[in-house]
Amino acid sequence: MAGRRPAPAAFLILVLTAAFASISSAVRPVSDAHRSAASELFAPSADGSFGDLESTYEAVRTFQILGLDRYKSVTGKACEFAAEKLASPASSSAKDLFHAVRISGVLGCSVDAGVYDVVVARLKAVIKDTNSLLEFYYSVGGLLSIKEQGHNIVLSDAESTFHAIKALSQSDGRWRYDTNSAESSTFAAGIALEALAGVVSLADAEVDPSMIGVVKSDIVKLFDTIKSYDDGTFYFDEKPVDATEYKGPVMTSASVVRGVTAFTAVASGKLNIPGEKILGLAKFFLGIGLPGSAKDCFNQIESLSFLENNRVFVPLILSLPSKVFSLTSKDQLKVEVTTVFGSAAPPLKVNLVQVLGSDSKVITSDNKELQFDRDNNVHYLDIAPLKIDVGKYSLVFEISLQEPDHETVYATGGKNTENVFITGLIKVDKAEIGISDNDAGATESVQKLDLSKDTKVSLSANHLQKLRLSFQLTTPLGHTFKPHQVFLKLKHESKVEHLFVVPGSARQFKLVLDFLGLVEKFYYLSGRYELEFAVGDAAMENSFLRPLGHLELDLPEAPEKAPRPPAQAVDPFSKFGPKAEISHIFRSPEKRPPKELSLAFTGLTLLPFIGFLIGLMHLGVNMKNFPSLPGPAAFASLFHAGIGAVLLLYVLFWLKLDLFTTLKYLGFLSVFLVFVGHRTLSYLSSASTKQKTA
Amino acid sequence: MPRATSDAKLLIQSLTKAYAATPTNLKIIDLYVICAVATALMQVAYMGLVGSFPFNSFLSGVLSCIGTAVLAVCLRIQVNKDNKEFKDLPPERAFADFILCNLVLHLVMMNFLG
Repeated sequence: MAGRRPAPAAFLILVLTAAFASISSAVRPVSDAHRSAASELFAPSADGSFGDLESTYEAVRTFQILGLDRYKSVTGKACEFAAEKLASPASSSAKDLFHAVRISGVLGCSVDAGVYDVVVARLKAVIKDTNSLLEFYYSVGGLLSIKEQGHNIVLSDAESTFHAIKALSQSDGRWRYDTNSAESSTFAAGIALEALAGVVSLADAEVDPSMIGVVKSDIVKLFDTIKSYDDGTFYFDEKPVDATEYKGPVMTSASVVRGVTAFTAVASGKLNIPGEKILGLAKFFLGIGLPGSAKDCFNQIESLSFLENNRVFVPLILSLPSKVFSLTSKDQLKVEVTTVFGSAAPPLKVNLVQVLGSDSKVITSDNKELQFDRDNNVHYLDIAPLKIDVGKYSLVFEISLQEPDHETVYATGGKNTENVFITGLIKVDKAEIGISDNDAGATESVQKLDLSKDTKVSLSANHLQKLRLSFQLTTPLGHTFKPHQVFLKLKHESKVEHLFVVPGSARQFKLVLDFLGLVEKFYYLSGRYELEFAVGDAAMENSFLRPLGHLELDLPEAPEKAPRPPAQAVDPFSKFGPKAEISHIFRSPEKRPPKELSLAFTGLTLLPFIGFLIGLMHLGVNMKNFPSLPGPAAFASLFHAGIGAVLLLYVLFWLKLDLFTTLKYLGFLSVFLVFVGHRTLSYLSSASTKQKTA
Repeated sequence: MPRATSDAKLLIQSLTKAYAATPTNLKIIDLYVICAVATALMQVAYMGLVGSFPFNSFLSGVLSCIGTAVLAVCLRIQVNKDNKEFKDLPPERAFADFILCNLVLHLVMMNFLG
């Protein structure tokens, strides 16, 4: 539907035919459900605030429209917040002043006339200097709100302001944000229309009517860009140029609704927009249902409040309080026609024009008028005389206003389609179950089943026989009924289950289970099978799951390669619960020798060392070659000390150090040792060469 | 046979006499080698008695003894004045090599001891 602009008449026909073959809109007017959703979404934070000024305004305005009492408790905090901003208008932006003034207006905060005078002067200065659409919008809106709070404000030179705003419009009905930007936007159009409406209200002299006419034709062009869904819902949306700037359909449509209703309120004469589009916009906002975010809630509620009574068309919503009707309890078809906020509609007639079954088959085309219950404000009709059977249907209603001049005030949408369910009790009769021999015409044993009683059948069969089950399902009106679910379940003792759908023909439902062909499917499991019979449908009030009894089935032995039955579901706790403690088997430790033996051998190992020392003494080892001069003597002793230190380091390494630490110390020691050793040994060698030569 | 035993006695006597002529430092080295090997044998006997459970310790001990014995033998060869091959090598240099190699051997053995 997007992007096309057919002539309005053709569009109307298209919309009507779409409504004809459409899915239902399933909208309900604003109700207490919306009120409680709004209370939850606009919950203030711990210190009683709602965030920034814009969020605060959205919160208090939504509470005001919905008549929620809780906003009275946050009045003080919000008024203070707004007053802060109003106190220093020179430092606040036009946007902040705009929101602050509107918060004060909604809550009825008492603001000094002097404070407002300064604010007014600031806003008027902004209007004079700016050429940005948003600045115009904020300043004009602020001034308008101050005027509504009782102060007398007049905008001099309103015509030039009007022209300045109008100059930003484009030929397709959209608006640019300022003279420099090339992109035009539908959201900006809504803002511009609201600003223009404000200018007209604030003007001292009447604005040129031809200009008003031009803006009205701009609005008509803007409505040509509207998009729609198949069920008669209309909305505005923009191409997402920039992800951060994309406003979304809710915000864009809300902006346009605000702008159009504001402008038509100040402009005289009628606007040339078809009622279907206004009704479609109302359906769009109601179709959101209960909104998920605070901003969506505000946009939805505020737009609907503007649509509730506007000068273009007031949409009237047709809705069904209940969509399920029971033939058994002789329910009446009830229809409500109200405004978007659930208020009473003007006098009108509702006719049930057509009833369509599934696949859009026409069931009946009698035009039946619904009677009006003035006390409950519902239109009702008895369904029984319509002779409609159980099932799912589309009902096509037509609303006709009783006073002819209401046609230009209210939009009813002509034909409305709603989906309903009609339910009833389904009779199961002529139910029979029996076992028959293969290919034999006569059944061996047929038992009549009376499903109202609790009797259980007891059958037995072998793999050469067949099980037959047959029954008839009849609706309250006497026709054959084909439900969604009609099953026979066979459950073995080992919990293996098999489901069979019972095929149905025009006359009856009949299932024949040939066990010869089913032997493999049953995994060759012989034994007792429980029989369960299930019939169910959305339109059936007495859907049931009835155990019929049991069947002793005798199947041949399973061959080698037969498939095993699938593993049955295990109690999850036994599968995923804690398991038994594992006692680990460790390698048994090696047998160590007794301590005394080890100590004895340690002593024995040291014996050769002692033998070495004794032998050295025997050989006459002496220290005569030890250098006598102090210098070399020092080096020699350091040499021996160094070797001793290295050996000590090794002992420490074995006892507690690790390799890297040892290597580190060894590095230092070895450098030292090499130096010292070199000195000592070279001294000794020079000493011995001197001895040789001497 | 009486001649064999008396021959053996004569042989041993001549060997002992010849050995007494070796310089003292060589005798020290020989004694050292004998002690190291004896220590190794002690360890093998112990292992034979109790089984080779901490095998790494056994290996470490035995190889340390054998290794140091081998290094001592090398030292003896290099220090021996009668050895023509190592005439130019100063004995102090050989001794320094001996010390160094021993230190490295014992570091590795200590690591392997566990």
